[in-house]
Amino acid sequence: MSDETEDTIAETEALPLDAWHRRKGARMVPFAGYFMPIQYEGIVAEHNWTRTQAGLFDVSHMGQLIVAGDKAAEELEKLLPGAIASLKPGKVRYSLLIEENGGILDDLMVTNATPWIEGDEEAGTEGHWGEPAFYLVVNGATKWDDIGHLREHLDDDVTLTHMDEHALIALQGPNAATALNRVMRNVIDDMVFMESVCHDFGEWPLRITRSGYTGEDGFEISVPAEFAESLADRLCAEIEVRPIGLGARDSLRLEAGLPLYGHDITTDTDPVSADLGFALTKRRREEGGWMGHAAVAKVLAAGPGQKRVGLALDGRMPAREGALIYSGDTQVGRVTSGGFSPTLERPIAMGYVDAALADEGTDLEVEVRNKRLPAKVAKLPFVPHRYHRGK
Amino acid sequence: MARYFTDEHEWIDVEGDTATVGITDYAQGQLGDIVFVELPDVGSVIDKGKDAAVVESVKAASDVYAPISGEIMETNDALEDDPALVNTSPEEDGWFFKMTIGDKSQLEGLMDQAAYKSFCDGL
Repeated sequence: MSDETEDTIAETEALPLDAWHRRKGARMVPFAGYFMPIQYEGIVAEHNWTRTQAGLFDVSHMGQLIVAGDKAAEELEKLLPGAIASLKPGKVRYSLLIEENGGILDDLMVTNATPWIEGDEEAGTEGHWGEPAFYLVVNGATKWDDIGHLREHLDDDVTLTHMDEHALIALQGPNAATALNRVMRNVIDDMVFMESVCHDFGEWPLRITRSGYTGEDGFEISVPAEFAESLADRLCAEIEVRPIGLGARDSLRLEAGLPLYGHDITTDTDPVSADLGFALTKRRREEGGWMGHAAVAKVLAAGPGQKRVGLALDGRMPAREGALIYSGDTQVGRVTSGGFSPTLERPIAMGYVDAALADEGTDLEVEVRNKRLPAKVAKLPFVPHRYHRGK
Repeated sequence: MARYFTDEHEWIDVEGDTATVGITDYAQGQLGDIVFVELPDVGSVIDKGKDAAVVESVKAASDVYAPISGEIMETNDALEDDPALVNTSPEEDGWFFKMTIGDKSQLEGLMDQAAYKSFCDGL
């Protein structure tokens, strides 16, 4: 996610759940070109509710794309540094779009959405996998650029479909599975983190993915826009579920140590410095064949000059994006996102510092309004992830 | 004692030569959960309209301006331990600071309760 950009201020659009949010008492703000709910009852209450119960987040501003065709996997591998060809149907991977110079264009989730075609005894056909297809969820503020980038670089034999008639609803929190199970029996029983299924809930064709942006167990549900309100109502009828705004989404993801595009990762940062090396599959890191590989390989070989780290601050005064980080009198970095952690009840931040000072426990200072605040490099995530990984 | 309001959503109670300053209920509602208040140093002299305090909510930092010119005489220590007082009692226990009134004529342009209410209704 990223803040509104100049060309989206002009006309702010309404998303499928716009009226629903307003009925629920949301304060709506322009974000990534859309009116989005920043909060309902209050950020801290919503944050804590998500950490203890389950929160419903409207993330319909994000771009939902389908890349399909026999060569879809190999074409995507030209642009993504992860192993896509070996991603099994129903599995999800975090990945990046990278520029030739190594800068990050966007971060995204990619799911192998290849459909299973049931066999037909009368026709004498057996069940088989259909045309390869990949479901991508990209950031709202970057989706138009992403679509342009994909169209430019993917072979004409693969098709790119923007699912702009779909809403995306995230259900996040330790009781998300309990609530969803009560609404839809036996759908998510066997699913673990980073798995995805299609499910027809009555006449609503849904895609349910066990993933999220809060560090909690949870789901992201893609739903045709016309059914989005009914689904949101159905989920919020469960006693564990309340609607949660963008404000808490940001404080939750910060505690979970998850980077925010446009802030913690940008075209000026590379995947190695951003500590997203896990998105570079080992084989592909060595073999290359993806845009930006040469530049990223150089950083891998030489080591990054700066690294993304977590910072735990003393006291209660938060350090925000842009605050300078010092070691003694020397400026050694800059905060890329920061705020107050409702869970830890202290200020936390992420930022880039010189690689030599990126070790956990390193004492640094952050400058806020001409004051130096003591800050220690902290392990990410600040609040442990509680994903459902099965066994 | 007279209470005045500014169009920056501060309230100011005037008692003799001293004024107590805080932010209004409307302001705290807009800011949301307040996690830290940075108060001015006692003894500092601040001109009308200049930065006097900073309110940090979960989401962002907001400046509070001096509604009049004067010297800071006392700050509300209770906000250090419990900044959420600004949310729960913005116009009483959640006061920010007391200051001298350098120039009484500066009070003349401020709003009374009724004027402030209609100002907020129009927002």
